[in-house]
Parts: sequence; structure tokens; C-alpha cells
Amino acid sequence: MGLLSDPNRRRALINLLTRLNAPICGMPVEWLVKTMQARGLEVYTQRFSRTLPFPDENKERYMVKGTNVYGILRAPRAPRTEALVLSAPCTPGDNNNQAVGLLLGLAQYFRNQIYWAKDIIFLVNDHDLIGMQAWLEGYHHTNTTGMDWSPLQGRGGSIQAALSLELSSDVVTSMDLVLEGLNGQLPNLDLANLFYAFCQKIGVLCTIQGKLQRNDWDSVSGYSHAVQTMMLMVMKQASGRPWGDHGLFLRYHIEAATIKGINSFRQYKTDATTIGRLLEGMYRKLNNLLERLHQSYFFYLMPSLSHFVSIGYYMPAFGLLAVILLLRALDLWVQLATPPPTTEDGIADIDPGVLSVLTPLVISHLTGAALYMLPIRFQEMAVEHFPVSETEAVVLTAIAVYTAGLALPHNTHRLLSGEGTEQGWRVLKLVALLYLAVLLGCTALINFSLGFILALTLVPGAAFVTPHVPKVLSAFVLVILSPACTLLFSVFFFQELQEMPVSFLDGWLLYLSVISQGILDHFLYGSLVYPLIALLVYPCWLLFWNILFWK
Amino acid sequence: MKTHVLFNLFATFLLADGLNIEDSAGQFFSSGHTNNWAVLVCTSRFWFNYRHVANTLSVYRSVKRLGIPDSHIVLMLADDMACNHRNPKPATVFSHKNMELNVYGDDVEVDYRGYEVTVENFLRVLTGRLPPSTPRSKRLLSDDRSNILIYLTGHGGNGFLKFQDSEEISNVELADAFEQMWQKRRYNELLFIIDTCQGASMYERFYSPNLMALASSQVGEDSLSHQPDLAIGVHLMDRYTFYLLEFLEDIHPASKANMNDLFKVCPKSQCVSTPGHRTDLFLRDPGSVLITDFFGSVRKVEITTEAIDLTDPIKEVEERPANGDIHKEMHSYVDQLPVSEIIHQKPKQKDWHPPDGFILGLWTLILLVFFQTYGVKHLRHIF
Repeated sequence: MGLLSDPNRRRALINLLTRLNAPICGMPVEWLVKTMQARGLEVYTQRFSRTLPFPDENKERYMVKGTNVYGILRAPRAPRTEALVLSAPCTPGDNNNQAVGLLLGLAQYFRNQIYWAKDIIFLVNDHDLIGMQAWLEGYHHTNTTGMDWSPLQGRGGSIQAALSLELSSDVVTSMDLVLEGLNGQLPNLDLANLFYAFCQKIGVLCTIQGKLQRNDWDSVSGYSHAVQTMMLMVMKQASGRPWGDHGLFLRYHIEAATIKGINSFRQYKTDATTIGRLLEGMYRKLNNLLERLHQSYFFYLMPSLSHFVSIGYYMPAFGLLAVILLLRALDLWVQLATPPPTTEDGIADIDPGVLSVLTPLVISHLTGAALYMLPIRFQEMAVEHFPVSETEAVVLTAIAVYTAGLALPHNTHRLLSGEGTEQGWRVLKLVALLYLAVLLGCTALINFSLGFILALTLVPGAAFVTPHVPKVLSAFVLVILSPACTLLFSVFFFQELQEMPVSFLDGWLLYLSVISQGILDHFLYGSLVYPLIALLVYPCWLLFWNILFWK
Repeated sequence: MKTHVLFNLFATFLLADGLNIEDSAGQFFSSGHTNNWAVLVCTSRFWFNYRHVANTLSVYRSVKRLGIPDSHIVLMLADDMACNHRNPKPATVFSHKNMELNVYGDDVEVDYRGYEVTVENFLRVLTGRLPPSTPRSKRLLSDDRSNILIYLTGHGGNGFLKFQDSEEISNVELADAFEQMWQKRRYNELLFIIDTCQGASMYERFYSPNLMALASSQVGEDSLSHQPDLAIGVHLMDRYTFYLLEFLEDIHPASKANMNDLFKVCPKSQCVSTPGHRTDLFLRDPGSVLITDFFGSVRKVEITTEAIDLTDPIKEVEERPANGDIHKEMHSYVDQLPVSEIIHQKPKQKDWHPPDGFILGLWTLILLVFFQTYGVKHLRHIF
């Protein structure tokens, strides 16, 4: 019983895999359609095209055109109300050919079984995330990112769960599970537990964040290993980008995960048959489900595959940070409420009122809006005047606008009413603190890791900044704690955690590419990190910068 | 020559037997029932509750094999496992791993299926209060000489049984339903078997006579399932019913096994939970009650060529009870059963709470001390 106990089927699968080892130029659409039809699936294709806002240097694409191919295995006796998806991204070259071969082999095996109660959709998407976005938008009849795609001819009911495969070599020693999705959304913990349980049952080595589990929890090294794994997850979640094709399913409330095969040159190797059995088991379990996965946590952090930290544990830590802001705001409120001592000439200070803070607020948000819009708008002009590529132009414009914002307090003093008053900066700081508290709270609810990292860096500065602290030192500290520098340090920290430390120059280039990827993610998939930082966090930080340089 | 001897022997044997027919005619009515009914209910739906359907069908199979016809069985199954899309062997329900025993078979007659299995329908079946349009196969047409077997399985808790994932029947409702049956003379004796978690709580509240109850687990214990089948992917049977089925496989219509053997089915070593039973409301000695009195439809038949004179009332042969000390009277309907004498219920141990006044007084004292120490003027700051 089970996949490929039949030697004929095993041979057929090996044939497929060896065939796919040959390099393919572009996506072999006709061959895929023919092969899937030969296996008895209903095959459809979808064309899509998209012009990126600026060229993507990491993946070397600018005007993307592609075709998704998907085959639907209809459940023999069930109504077509629910579906499961198994997908493998197909890129030119031999990046993921093993996964496509395994997918086709599984399709053939699944077709011969009668116990499927849900349709199974085998999807081979072109240009990984862009193709997946096009397919999902076509499937759910939404168009949030302005992509151009042809409507889907065949559908399979509401998707209950999805798995994405990435297998690059035919020698696999361990399977890695990737959970982090778009905007830091995670699938239900039951899916991760299911994967781990099956790995243990079949005897395949499983990892998360590429790290193996250790058994010595009590020792210092074991504990630090677990902390490192959890910090990697925090970093990945905070970036808000989908770390696998599964990341785009999550916003449609479809539990999805990516399974990557890793070759780490161990002695014990797993073959395709075992991976096939693992996937077969997972799909049978998902088939037996009667509802969507919802019994376990949606918000968690995993120090290892068998341990998790739930929201009930980590949220109070964030809550305590937010309370600092609220307490400081309360303190300022009390200070503002007590009447100020009269000045020497007997004229009481003009009570500025809340409207005086409107000017710094508007100016900060205008700067934020400039940071959001200018880099994309003026890339052509930048390319004309400077010898840089479009991507570099965008990134450097962003950094330039960011740095220009630092000069604001010197130039906008004329416009500030209530200048020179002690009350003025207090009111501004009160508003800024409450604004930051609400902002961080909302961010932490959606993407806890991002909210927590921002809170860690912004709350100390926000709480202690006043015009009376030593200017140079606190200016330096505030710049170090600003979102851009946090991102720079995070890049270096992330590389350290992955045990691939980079030199400063490489790190700087990586930092620039991270900014460009963040902007691209926003335009391509709707990631919220870039608009959040540019339109909300950066203006908030600018307010505190204004307070520091209050005259 | 030999045939003559044989014939003579045979004739004397018959003659001797014939002389006792009239005496043994009294034995025919010793058990008090003339027909048998069975109400078998599975209350769970969904694929992962396959084992409850398999439980019910196993008992159905045994009961049919021992003689109760489909017309006297009310079978209620809340979900269709045989034709479920996930069943890798369609049209079968297996009760043993390696698919040895298909309890679905060709001649299963399900009376209440799917969403028709509700608490309301179950109680209506028991009490007989069905709309006039209900077909005969859906009715429990028992009379006061019927022995009824009621088997329930599903998910339960302390004092309730869950129907269809949306409603529950409580032990009080069940006890009242049985009382209604007694007052409407709808049963002679009733055997109630329940295989759920904390099953013993369901028979705690019975108060009608002639009820015997068995449960697969005590209050606070869970009934466990027996074995998963790796090809089908679900658990196939619950432990208690599995061993009950094994026990019933050895019973044939002429077997003399009695209820005491049934109480020994599935001890704690096999069942992990402790099966329980209740016989205080049952007026015969359980040792004298045959299994086939409830599980089979056994007609007492004795072939004779003699003519029996039935003009005189037959003297019932009363079986002496085994212990011989208490001789329970046979109560008929009109006699009110002295329930309080029969039911011995252990007084429930209540958790001790301090009296209410004490807590109020304690808090008043605390508040008084607080305000005295800090002064009343601080009240302003609080409010």
C-alpha cells in the first residue's frame, strides 16, 4: 500500500525526473499540457503579463510575460466544492525541475485512487511569485495589484489548503518547512505539526529555518540555538515578504506552506519515493479534513519544529513596551494640565493649543508621502542625470529623501507657530507619543515581529527625547534608532544568524537590494511594509526629530 | 429385531416425555416476554466517527443473526460511511482491521438516516408519539410483552449524549422517556447499552422498573477506540463494542448464557475504562436472564404429538432465585413501584463552601479596616 510500491510506477517517476534534468528554455507549456492530459487531469493555462515599476536586479526581470499551467484532478465521487493545491514554481533553467517531476508523478498516482473527497489542483506557475499572484487573483476574481491576466477557464471550488514544492537537486538529505508569508502572515500551526508528524513517521530529516532540532534544551548552547532559530523567524516575518510561493495563499485564508528539499551533503539521503510518500500522506490527511484548519494558533513563533511560542506569551512583552509610551504621554498630560509659572516680564506664555502641532504633522507626513512617491516617479529623471541603473536610482532617491527629512527642523522653524514655547514641544510630543503607540499597536497586531522590532528601536528614543538633552549625542542615537538604520542592522544581523556573515560593502549592497525588493513587493503583491514605513513610521520619527531640535 | 427394540425405546421415551408436557407447559411463560425489539442508534456524523457507525452495525448484525427481524429493529445511523467520498472501499463498513468483517453487507435496512437522527425523533420513536404518516418501519410498535434492546453510541459526556454535533440528550430526558414507555405499557423489560465516554452517567437517573443498563465507562473516564486501519485511515471500532461483538459471536439462539456473563465483557485490562452496569431496577435476578431474551428473538418451541389440555390456567413455574433470600414480587402496571425503596443512590459529595454570610462579612471587615487606616478623604481620589 502506498505510493510507488509498484516498480513500474517507480520507473516512470525516475524517467520523468531524469528527463527534466535537461535544461529547458522558458516554460515548456505544451509539453506540460500534454503530460498532464496524459495523466487524466483537466488541463488549463493562464497567460499573464506585468511591467514592474523598475527592473528587478535580483531576478533580472522587468517586463514579465508568462503562462501558468494547471491540471485539476476531479474527486471521483464528491461534488466540486472544495479543492487542494499542489504547486511547483517552474523557472527557466533547472532550478526546480525535480519538483515538477514529482508533481507529475504524484498526479499520476493520485489519479488512480478513489478516496479523494476534494479536487486536487496541480499548478505549475511561471515566474514564481508573479505567476502565483496572477493565478490566485484569477481564481478568486480579484485584482488588487494591477496585473494583466487572462481569466481562468477551469476552477475547482474553494481551496482548503495548499503546498508548494521546491526541489532543486535530485539528492535530498532534509526537508525544510517555510511558513512565513506575505505581511508576516502564518498558516495554522496544525499544518506545521502535520508536516513534522509525517516527517517523523516516515523517517525524513526535517528542519525549520534550515536548522536542525537539538535535544539539549537545558544547556546554554541548546537554548541559544533555539533562540537563533526563533530570531530568524522573527526577521523573516518582519520583512513582510512571502518566503515561498505559499505566502500569497494566506491572504485568501488558505492554509499553505512551502516544502524545500535541501542537499546538505549528509551521508543519509532521501529519495524521491520517500518524499512522494510524505506528500501523499499529507494530502490524504488534508483530504480527510471536514473544515478549514482553524483549531490551532495562527500567531506563533517557532524556536524549533516541536516547540512554539504562542501569542499569549509574546504579546505581553510588546504590551509592556507600549505602556512606556502611554506612561510618558500621561506624564506630559499632567505637566500640560498644571498651569505654568509666569515668566519674568509677567506675560504668560501663549497657550499654543493643539492646532500648533498641525504644522509639524503636516510637514512630516508630506515628507513621508514624498518618500513613498518620489523614488518611483522620478526614476527616469534620475537615470538621465546620473550614471545609475533604474533600480539604483529608485533606492538612492529613497535614501536621499530620507536624509533630506533630517534637515527639516532647521528649515521649517519659520512656519512653526508657538515656537520657542515650552508648551509647544510638550503638546507635539504628547501627540507624537500617542500616534506612535497606536501605530505600533496596530502593526504588532498584524505583523508582530515588525511591530516588536520597531517598538524596540523607537520606544526608547521616543520616550526620552526632549529639546533639553545633549543635542549631538541624542541626534546620533536617534538616527541610529531610526527605521532605516534598524533595517541596515537587521540585514547584518540576519546574515549573522544564517551563519553567512558579510563584509560591510557586501552588506551595504544587500541593504540596497532589500530596499528595492521591499518597494517591489509592495507594488507587485501588496506588501504593507514599505507604505507603513514611508507613510506612517517615518513621519512619526520625524516628529521626534523635530522635538529634538525644538528652539 | 433391533428395530423393534429401538421402536420400543422410542415409544417409551415419547410416552414418558408426553407425560411431562403439561407440566412443562408452565415453563413456556417464565420469562414474561413474547416479542423482541431493538433500537440501535449511532449519533455521530463525519468521517472520523466511522467507528460509531461500525459499532452500531456490528450490534445490528448480531441482533439480526440471533433472530430479530428487520421489522422489529429500528436502526438509526447519523451519517453514511459506506458511501462517504473518503471511503477507499465504497459500500463497505469494516469492523475489524485488515478488513475481515464487512458489517454493511447486502441486507442492511437503515430506518433513520442522516439528518433524521435527532433527539426529537429518537424520543418520538421511544414514546410512540409519531405523526400518523410515519411508515411502520420507522415505528417502535412494542407492547407490554416486548423486551427491548436499546443501544446508543457516539460522543458523550457527564450526563449527556451528543447528537449530530448540534444537540444533546440528557440523562434526565432519557429517564423520563423510559418512564413514559413504562406508563404506556410499551415494554416488558428493557436493556440499555451505551458506548460513549462517561457512559455510566446516562443511566444514573433511571427510575422506571424493569430496566437494566450497561455502559462502557464510568463518569470521568473516556471510552477508547480499538484499532485504526491504516488503509482506511480511521479507527474502526470502539473497544467495548469490539469485545461485546466478540462475546456475541459465541452466542447462538439456543445458548444459555446469562447477563452475568455480559457484565464481565471487556474488563479494565482490555477496555482501559471500567464498564459499569445497573440492575437495581430490574426485578429478576440477572443470573436468570438469558442473553437471547434481549439480543435474539427466541421462540420457545417444543415439538409434541400429544394434545395438551389448556382449559385450566397454567401454573407458572417460578424459578427460585439463586440466593434465595429476597423474593421480589412481580409488579404489574397498576401497582405503583416504590421507587425510593428500590433505588439506592449514593449521596453526592458536595464540595464544602463556607457559608455566604461569612464571605460578605469578611469583605466588609476588610473594607472597614482599609478606610479606617487611610481615612475617608482618600475616597475622593478613587472616585
